[in-house]
Amino acid sequence: MSSAILLLWLAQPATAQTPPKPPAAPATTPPTPAKEETKEPDPGKGGLSVPRDDPFPSTYKAPVSPPFAIRNATLLTAAGPVIPNGTILVRDGRIVAIGATVDVPAGTTIIDAGGKFVTPGIIDDHSHLGVYAAPGVDASSDGNEATKPNTADVWAEHSVWPQDPQFPRNLAGGVTTLQVLPGSANLFGGRSVVLKVVPGRTAQDMKFPGALYGLKMACGENPKRVYAKSGPSTRMGNVAGYRAAWIQAEQYRRKWDKYLAEKDKAEKKGSAPDRDLTNETLAEVLRGNILVHNHCYRADEMAQMIDIANEFGYKIRSFHHVVEGYKIADRLAAAGIAASIWADWGGFKMEALDGVKANAAILQGAGARAIIHSDDPSGSQRLNQEAAKAMAAGAAIGLPVAPADAIKWLTINPAWALGLDDKIGSLEAGKNADLVLWSGDPFSVYTRTDKVWIDGVLRYDRSAPDTRWRTDFELGFVPAEAR
Amino acid sequence: MLRLFGSLVLFAAALLVATPARVLAQPIAIVGGRVHPVSGPVIENGTVIIDGGRITAVGASVPLPVGARVVDAKGKWVTPGLVNALTTLGLSEVDAVASTNDASAQGEAGIAAALRAWDGLNPASVLWTPARNEGVTSVVAVPTGGLIAGQAAFVDTLGETRVALVRRAPVAMVANLTATTAEAKSRGDLLMRLRQLLDDARTYGLKKVAFERAATRHFVVSHIHLEALQPVLAGKLPLLVAVDRAADIQSLLDLAKDYRLRVIVQGGAEAWRVAPALAAAKVPVLVSALDNIPGSFDALGTRQENAALLRRAGVPVVITAGAIETFNVRNVKQHAGNAVAYGLPWDEALRAVTLAPAEAFGVADTVGSLAVGKAANVVVWSGDPFEFSTRAEHVYVRGVEHVERSRQDLLSDRYKTPGRE
Repeated sequence: MSSAILLLWLAQPATAQTPPKPPAAPATTPPTPAKEETKEPDPGKGGLSVPRDDPFPSTYKAPVSPPFAIRNATLLTAAGPVIPNGTILVRDGRIVAIGATVDVPAGTTIIDAGGKFVTPGIIDDHSHLGVYAAPGVDASSDGNEATKPNTADVWAEHSVWPQDPQFPRNLAGGVTTLQVLPGSANLFGGRSVVLKVVPGRTAQDMKFPGALYGLKMACGENPKRVYAKSGPSTRMGNVAGYRAAWIQAEQYRRKWDKYLAEKDKAEKKGSAPDRDLTNETLAEVLRGNILVHNHCYRADEMAQMIDIANEFGYKIRSFHHVVEGYKIADRLAAAGIAASIWADWGGFKMEALDGVKANAAILQGAGARAIIHSDDPSGSQRLNQEAAKAMAAGAAIGLPVAPADAIKWLTINPAWALGLDDKIGSLEAGKNADLVLWSGDPFSVYTRTDKVWIDGVLRYDRSAPDTRWRTDFELGFVPAEAR
Repeated sequence: MLRLFGSLVLFAAALLVATPARVLAQPIAIVGGRVHPVSGPVIENGTVIIDGGRITAVGASVPLPVGARVVDAKGKWVTPGLVNALTTLGLSEVDAVASTNDASAQGEAGIAAALRAWDGLNPASVLWTPARNEGVTSVVAVPTGGLIAGQAAFVDTLGETRVALVRRAPVAMVANLTATTAEAKSRGDLLMRLRQLLDDARTYGLKKVAFERAATRHFVVSHIHLEALQPVLAGKLPLLVAVDRAADIQSLLDLAKDYRLRVIVQGGAEAWRVAPALAAAKVPVLVSALDNIPGSFDALGTRQENAALLRRAGVPVVITAGAIETFNVRNVKQHAGNAVAYGLPWDEALRAVTLAPAEAFGVADTVGSLAVGKAANVVVWSGDPFEFSTRAEHVYVRGVEHVERSRQDLLSDRYKTPGRE
């Protein structure tokens, strides 16, 4: 069993050994003793619970890049059939034209792909890069705030170490966008962050501008094992925990929405409600401003999570791992919930027992939105290979998936799961120029990435090793040959 | 996968399984394939004859035995069955369920030399079939945990009993010198403990009679462990050592020289940095072909070219599926293919998952290549065995093709039509 899998089900080695802290105090603080105050204090910006607030704004800026065109490429667009001998024209970081015949303005730099494949940049919607950085030492184990079952108040970006040497390796694997999630120890693990796989001095330098936050939730074995002593210790305890939290969050949302709607009116004199980060994140889910990413293995538990979402009026954007997705492929399709899965993991715990390689193909066949994710820094570098395994497994049971569809598992489908399908995930005019030029068929074991662009900027070039991104950590520690 | 061959083949296979004696009685002629014997050059349009569970002929022009069942391998690739040399297949069913894990012992201060992994081997595991159906015909089943985990077995992936599964045991004594293991406080501590153990084992071996009379000094562990280490000290049983840092590999080579041990390196993230020393000592290395992350301070020099660089230096290279695998034993193919993508010649990659592990673990006399007299562990592939789109169309273990849907296949079959209740 790989260490990555252990990481998953142990939640977090360092904290798993620590006895869980006693149940947290109620998430809301006692009401302000308004009587004793002579005047209303100015809550400042930090005192307000504002929808779509952005206190840690992205500082990512794509460098200016000259226009270029890739000619004579086999284009797997994730937006239609394969285009052989296609051309793609990029200007100002965007795809401006794509097709069998494209007018390329004179003077544009031309890259002849020589028939090689070009795909959209790979998107991994389940990563722990930066929050479980390499080398894997306790001091860098920042992915699971396994101290209480509901930590919707924590934000993954506050754990992201931009010098994690796994980032450049991911880029070399063709990954251009990552969703970094908190771990799965908790019912509510916290907010995710969407990153561009680019060098940065800060997490904000890597943040995808305008991307919505996600909320990590987790079903099943992990929370009940981590909190066995203090609760929840059962699956029914898990469900009670979700529902109790949503009840509070809904009250919080109403209070704040009412306050925010009235606060600028002259007659409004009441004090601001107390701000609470846990409820704030959940309230944002209820408002539709944060997308739910729900770690859940078993078919029956997913059905219950869908009922909970219906009870409280929020949507689950994607289930993650979904080892039994193939058992409810029709229902996932009907509910419009994506299934972010591994190609071939299973068996490592009871809720993963029924993992099958044909999961993606069966989901695809039922019209569900399948995504191959990694949850693993090695697998993330080779999501194309993972997809190839899933394709083969589909073919073996009479459910072949064409390359033009399989590429969607790695591109436009995860783009949708992140709410970014209007910007990335396919080769279409107007989209960000996140591109991968492969040495051959991306579904072959022998194929490697040759070049990777993000927003039209060449970020990885296999033929120019000296230009490769090396993190601060690697300097001196990692031999130059091993980058 | 074998469903493609229709009910006739399935019916025949059912007969074969039901009456193994008849299987062995009927020779099998695999004809017209691209045959990779590994122990010799590729034979285009070659023939492999299986009789009595063994390979009886391999070549370009081989007469077919009378009454042979002919398997048309035109356009197919024929190779020895693949070996994954780093697994707990049959020793662990569900990793997180302790009652299904049989790969480790309590031991004494991290020493469990007497543990025989094959004592816990489960012939009824549901994980043999998915491994076998994807072309893995043998594995090394290793014990895990502690400084000395115990003894490993070379196991074929078809057999109704523990005894039937085991090809040879023990084939290695499993040890761990990565800095994070055992109760050791440092790498010096680890080596000190190992030397202390080996010294005690050597003394015990020389003074068994005195030991029985309680006339020896105190030994760090019980006699069963010291006894189990005797073949290691005699250089008969290799010590399979998990070790990553280049300097630690060098320490291991020094130790091996001091005690005249045969060693095999497992993991060897930085082995490429000491490749000449490994080659000179003729020490095989079990490597992943996907690792490129400096995942620990022992493995800062991890790189995917490891296999290629080691082989180029003359080191015997065995490719595994990376970590100790159970569910995905089958992914040894993916690793072999990636090794090729990172510079290992294709033929060497095939050797690294067939003959090389057989040689490293001392079973190359009976398995690992398509050679006359060897056990008929043979796979007929629809194409290049390392490609994802390739299927293992026929898998023979000791000459027997056991056609069986895996539990994973049965689940897929049950649910592949949407909306099934």
